[in-house]
Amino acid sequence: MPYSNYNDIQSYFTVAFDVVSMAIQRRRFVTAVGSGAVAGLAGCTALGRDDAGDANGPEISGETLTLTTTTSTYHTGLLDELNAPFQDRYGVTVDTVAQGTGAALETARNGDSDVVMVHARSLEDEFIEGGYGVNRRDLMFNDFVVVGATDDPASIAGSGETTSAFEGIAESGSTFVSRGDNSGTHTKELEVWEATGVADEFGEWYTEAGQGMGEVLVQADQQGAYTLADRGTYLSMQSELDLEILVEGPIEDGPEMLMNPYGIVAVNPAVHDTVNYDLAMAYIGYVTSLEAEKIIRNYTSEGEQLFFPEAISEEPNFEQYVPEEWERNE
Amino acid sequence: MLLEPTLWPALVAEFPFEWHYVRSIIYVSLYVSLVAVTLSTLFSLPVALLVGFKEFPGKGLVTSLINTGMGFPSVVVGLVVLFGVSNQGPLGELNLVFTREAMIMSQFVLATPVVTGVSLAAVSSVEQNVRDAAFAMGGTRADVALVTIKEARYGIATAVLAGFGRAISEVGSVLIVGGNIVGPDGHSKTRTLTTAIQLEARQGQFETAMILGAVLVVLVLVVNAVVVRLGSGNGGRY
Repeated sequence: MPYSNYNDIQSYFTVAFDVVSMAIQRRRFVTAVGSGAVAGLAGCTALGRDDAGDANGPEISGETLTLTTTTSTYHTGLLDELNAPFQDRYGVTVDTVAQGTGAALETARNGDSDVVMVHARSLEDEFIEGGYGVNRRDLMFNDFVVVGATDDPASIAGSGETTSAFEGIAESGSTFVSRGDNSGTHTKELEVWEATGVADEFGEWYTEAGQGMGEVLVQADQQGAYTLADRGTYLSMQSELDLEILVEGPIEDGPEMLMNPYGIVAVNPAVHDTVNYDLAMAYIGYVTSLEAEKIIRNYTSEGEQLFFPEAISEEPNFEQYVPEEWERNE
Repeated sequence: MLLEPTLWPALVAEFPFEWHYVRSIIYVSLYVSLVAVTLSTLFSLPVALLVGFKEFPGKGLVTSLINTGMGFPSVVVGLVVLFGVSNQGPLGELNLVFTREAMIMSQFVLATPVVTGVSLAAVSSVEQNVRDAAFAMGGTRADVALVTIKEARYGIATAVLAGFGRAISEVGSVLIVGGNIVGPDGHSKTRTLTTAIQLEARQGQFETAMILGAVLVVLVLVVNAVVVRLGSGNGGRY
């Protein structure tokens, strides 16, 4: 799916939206007219996930939580496993929309989701600094790996450093498939290129797929190309691919740069009063609980653990709540 | 990898999905597309009759607008509908984003120009003397319209089928406004056959994607057969 286009067009439309929101005073009128049209069109269902229990405080049961998340948490199957006990306990539904980090945060910015689970700290920080997100928690981590064809034309196998591996790919002009979709993995990839200094001189060997991790792995597989992948998605697809890991991430003692931490953030109800904040916080409470920790720890694919929980710690971890390098200014 | 011979035994040997999962995505596909096409037919037929038989200034423009709409890219329609139903959009308070209703809206927008355009061609080809005869026999305007529809029924059936084909085979807009959601109990909320195929393909599961593709083709065939049957069932005896 062309997420990059989606984002481009979306940011283009954001401008149009500012104009629309200037007319927000007219919104009730427009909505009244619009609701008539939709009632005719759609049979007027699904009116409000939060209109239940207005009278006597929030009744969570029966409500729907919209979670936007990355393709890696969803396609590995972890979220199905994780969400089932939560839904049972609270009698709620979790609608999981797998989009990639950039798109997931953008959807939340528009108030169309209640909680986001993503893996690009710089984008999460931007989201929080913009006032859109509150109560961020560290959730879990795994790592990125550099994968490529077994014959390894750029001879990067065993590179101790990610940057030297990337430099090797660039120097040999071997095909590299980039996600190109403003996802967490894409963000990490660009960070690495930035560190090598190659970022400004991409040649024809550098291709942008603009698609999810699975599609990019398939593309790289078919072209005998290199790519950066999160270990979870790679492991879950390993049997379909002829690609192998050429540079390991920190889980297998690779460079720390390839760390892949996941965070979870609730959408700020002060910005979007329609979001289901109570349920979002219940969900954050659940996924950072001992029970969820156990589910995450025990979740495996082909016998290998995919994610390492880090929400629960005896040591205080204040950095998780605020943007990185944030300092109290008194 | 795509054309591995193992693919074909897989088609007959084992069905790799839970049946209730497949049934629910078939249901969502059919529900969304059929409702959308029904609504767009109800909208399109009067428009086609009006444009076909009334002379008015700007008629040429309306016709070319309809024809342009037939080729409208579905992702663009998806984006426009998304911005309409998003929380910040004009319909935001209805919470329609990531629902089947939003998918119906986008498919309505996609199917309507097709149904209108093909119906317009069909009713325009009904000869004037048929209409004159109906009028001369004392028919009201509604009677004349009915006779016209009856005369053009094959063309209109084709229009409805073309609209249905456009709706059910479309992946761009339903993915954007629907979100491809399945509950952990394995029941589809907004996942259709097309978005399910895309999901399998993006994970490199080409075999299972092909199986779902076969299901989709069979489904379209069945709907076509039913519509053609209905179209010819009461044909020619008024």
